[in-house]
Amino acid sequence: MCLAIPGKIAEITEGAEPAFRHGKVDFAGVKKEISLAFTPDAVIGDYVLVHAGFALNTVDEDEAHKIFEHLELMAELEEAAGDAP
Amino acid sequence: MDEFKLTCPVPLPAGDRILLAHGGGGKLTNQLIDNVFGPAFSNPALDARHDGAAVTVGGARLAFTTDGYVVRPLIFPGGNIGDLAVNGTVNDLAMCGARPLYLSAAFILEEGLQMETLRTVVASMKKAADAAGVALVTGDTKVVDRGSADKMFVTTAGVGLIEDGRAISPQAVQPGDAVIVSGDLGAHGVAVLSVREGLAFETEIESDTAPLWEPVQALFAAGIEVHCLRDLTRGGLASALNEIAAARGVGIAIEELGIPVREAVRGACELLGLDPLYVANEGRFVAFVPAAEAERAVDVLHALSVTRGATVAGCVIAEDPGLVVLESRIGGRRVVDMLSGEQLPRIC
Amino acid sequence: MKFVDEYRDRKAVDQVAQEIRRTVTRPWTIMEVCGGQTHTILKSGLEDLLPPEVTLVHGPGCPVCVTPLELIDKAVAIALRPGAILCSFGDMLRVPGSAKSLFDAKAEGADVRIVYSPTDAVKVARERPDKQVVFFAVGFETTAPGNAMAVWQAAREGLENFSILVAHVLVPPAIEAILSAKECRVQAFLAPGHVCTVVGFEQYEPIAERYHVPIVVTGFEPLDLLEGTRMAVAQLESGRAEVENQYSRAVTREGNLAAQKVVAEVFEAANRQWRGIGEIPGSGLRLRQAYRRFDAEERFALTAAGAVEPAECISGLVLQGLKKPYECPAFATRCTPERPLGAPMVSSEGACAAYYLYGRHRHGRV
Repeated sequence: MCLAIPGKIAEITEGAEPAFRHGKVDFAGVKKEISLAFTPDAVIGDYVLVHAGFALNTVDEDEAHKIFEHLELMAELEEAAGDAP
Repeated sequence: MDEFKLTCPVPLPAGDRILLAHGGGGKLTNQLIDNVFGPAFSNPALDARHDGAAVTVGGARLAFTTDGYVVRPLIFPGGNIGDLAVNGTVNDLAMCGARPLYLSAAFILEEGLQMETLRTVVASMKKAADAAGVALVTGDTKVVDRGSADKMFVTTAGVGLIEDGRAISPQAVQPGDAVIVSGDLGAHGVAVLSVREGLAFETEIESDTAPLWEPVQALFAAGIEVHCLRDLTRGGLASALNEIAAARGVGIAIEELGIPVREAVRGACELLGLDPLYVANEGRFVAFVPAAEAERAVDVLHALSVTRGATVAGCVIAEDPGLVVLESRIGGRRVVDMLSGEQLPRIC
Repeated sequence: MKFVDEYRDRKAVDQVAQEIRRTVTRPWTIMEVCGGQTHTILKSGLEDLLPPEVTLVHGPGCPVCVTPLELIDKAVAIALRPGAILCSFGDMLRVPGSAKSLFDAKAEGADVRIVYSPTDAVKVARERPDKQVVFFAVGFETTAPGNAMAVWQAAREGLENFSILVAHVLVPPAIEAILSAKECRVQAFLAPGHVCTVVGFEQYEPIAERYHVPIVVTGFEPLDLLEGTRMAVAQLESGRAEVENQYSRAVTREGNLAAQKVVAEVFEAANRQWRGIGEIPGSGLRLRQAYRRFDAEERFALTAAGAVEPAECISGLVLQGLKKPYECPAFATRCTPERPLGAPMVSSEGACAAYYLYGRHRHGRV
C-alpha cells in the first residue's frame, strides 16, 4: 500500500486557506497538479512525497544523505583495513 | 484476543461476458483466441499466431494482416487514431519480414462526430501512408447511432510481399539469440494516459507511433540473419517476449539495465504505479538475431532515427522454457509474467 | 529521479546486504507490513541478496486484499444503480466480491471510473450534479488525509451528491492482532513508511515494548528495505526491541500534524472486518457524526447481504505471514490471477499475486 513518489515543486498557488494550497509538482519532467494542503511550509524547489494527489511531507535532504555518508565511510574503512600491513 | 476466523471467500469468476481485460493484449486476450477464435477458424496460417499471416498465392509469398483501432482519446500528443492505424498495420507486415504495399480501412463513425475530427484523422492517415510507402486502395464507411461507438473505430487490413524466401517467426528463434529492443519504451501508453480523464498530467511525451519497415529492411540489406521480429503494442515488451517464449518453448533472460526508458516516461510510470515493461508502444519492435550478429545489428539500427535507441536487452536461453526472467538493477531475479488484462494505475 | 535512483544503486545495495550477512548469526523471521514493500521486494528480487538465515514474510498491508467482501459487494451494488457514478483507485477494480468485481459491473454497463486522487471524484460530483457520485475510500492511514480532505471540501461546497464508501484500515491494531495470535512466528516488523509519514511512529512504541519486538519504520526502495532489514537484524542479534526510523528522510516521530488534523476532524476509529482475518476492534475509520451524511452506506441504505464465505483458500494464513503463497496447495494451479480464489491473488500487491508474477520460478511451481 501507499505508492508515494518524490517530486519537485515547480509552482505554488496559495488558496484562500491552507486547505486549498496547491501546486505543480515535477516528476522527472512530468508535471501534475498536486494538493499542498498538508505541506503548508513547502516552497518552490522543495521535494515532496506525493500520494494519490496529495503531498504528504517534504523530503529531508540531510536525512536522505545519511545512509550514503555511512556507506562511504564503511567503504573507506574497509579499504584502509585492506591496505593495513 | 479471540481466535481468528481463517477463511476467505471464493469469488465466482465471471466467465460469461467479455471484459475490458480481454482486449488488454495479455493472458485473457490469448485465452479468448485459444478458446473462441482459434478453434473456430483453425488453419496452418492462423495457427502460427504471428502478427500477420504468411500465405502463398501463385508464386508469391504474401503477408496479410488486420487490426482494429479503438484508442481513446482519438487525438493524443504525437498522433491520432489515423496514423496509429496506418503505422500499426504497416508494422504488422514488417514484422513478418514483408514489404508493406496496400492497405484497406473501414470506418465506423458515431452519429454526431465532428466532420473536422474526421478530416484530421484522414489527413494523418494519408501522411502516414506516404511516409510508409503504402497506398490505401479500398475502404468502407458505416455510421451508427449516437452512443453505439466511441466517436470512431477504424479497422484496417494490409498486404505485403515477403521477398527472398525469408521465414521470420517465433519458430526460427534459437537459444543463444540476442534480444534487441529497437528503442526506448512506454512513450505511446504514457502519451495516451496523459490526456485521459481522471489521470491527466502535463508532459512533453508524445506517442512513438512510427512505421518500422525501413529499419527491418536495413537489417535485411545488411545481411543480418533475423530470426524473429515482433512489434511492441498493447501489453508492452513483457507480453511480446512471453508470447514468443511460449510459442517457441524457450526461456528469455533480460536485464533491467538493458531496457531503455526515457526519464519522463519513468516519471509518469512511477507516479501512476505502472511498470514500463507492460506499457503500450506503437513504434518499437523486438528483434531476435544470432548472438554473433547482435553488435552489427544494433549499429545498423542506430543509423536510422526511429531506431537510434536500439540496444541489446537480453538473450534466449534453453532453460526455463516459456518463462521470461529479469535480472533487476540490484542483482536479484524475478519472473516477468504476462498480465491477465490491462495494467491499471494504482495507489497501493 | 532524485530520491529514487540513489536508493536503487547496486553498489550501495550490495554493501548493506554484506553488512547483514556479517551481522546475522541465527535464523530470524521478519514481516514487512506494507503491500508496496512486498511489491518492491519481489519486483527487484531482493530476497536473492539476503542470507538464508533471514526470512521475510509478507503481512496484510494490502488494503485491496483485506477490504471485506461486504464492502466490495456494496460498491458493486452502488455502481450498478443507474443514477450513480462509482469512482475508485485502479487497485480495487479487479477484486472479486461474492459474485462480481467492479470490472464485471462495468462490463454490465455500470459507470465505474478510475481516478488517481479522491479530489478527481469530487470534481466529477461538481460536474455531474444530476448523478450520485460515490468514491470508494480504501486505504491505510496514508490515504486517509486525502479522503478526509475530499469530504471536507464537499461539505464546504455543499456538494450533496458526493459520498464515500469507507473502507479504511489502521496498521497498529493489525500488527497487534498478528502478534497476539498463538502461532505467530514474526520476530520483528518493518513498519510501513508512508503510513508513518502521516501518523509518525509514536504509536508503535507501546507495541514494541509489550511484545518485545523490534519495529523499524522502513521505506519502499530496495536500499530502504535492505537497510531496514539490517537494522531489524542488528536489534534481534543484540536482544533489543525498539522502534527505529530507517525512513528518516520522510518520517518524523510525530508525523504530519496538518494531515492528522484533517483526519481527526472528519473520521473516528471504528471496528473493522479484515478479509481473511476477521474483525479487529478499533482497526478502521468511519465518518464522524458531523460528516455522516457523506457516508454512502447510510445514504444508499445498503445492508450487508450476508456475503458467502466458503473456506477454500488459505489467504488468512498468508496475510498473517503464517504461510507463504507457494505453500498453498492451490497456488498457481487452481488459483491464478485470472481465476483467483482469494483476494491476495488479485492485486499485484497481494502476496500471492506478487509471488505468482515475480517469484514462481524460484519455488518450482512453474
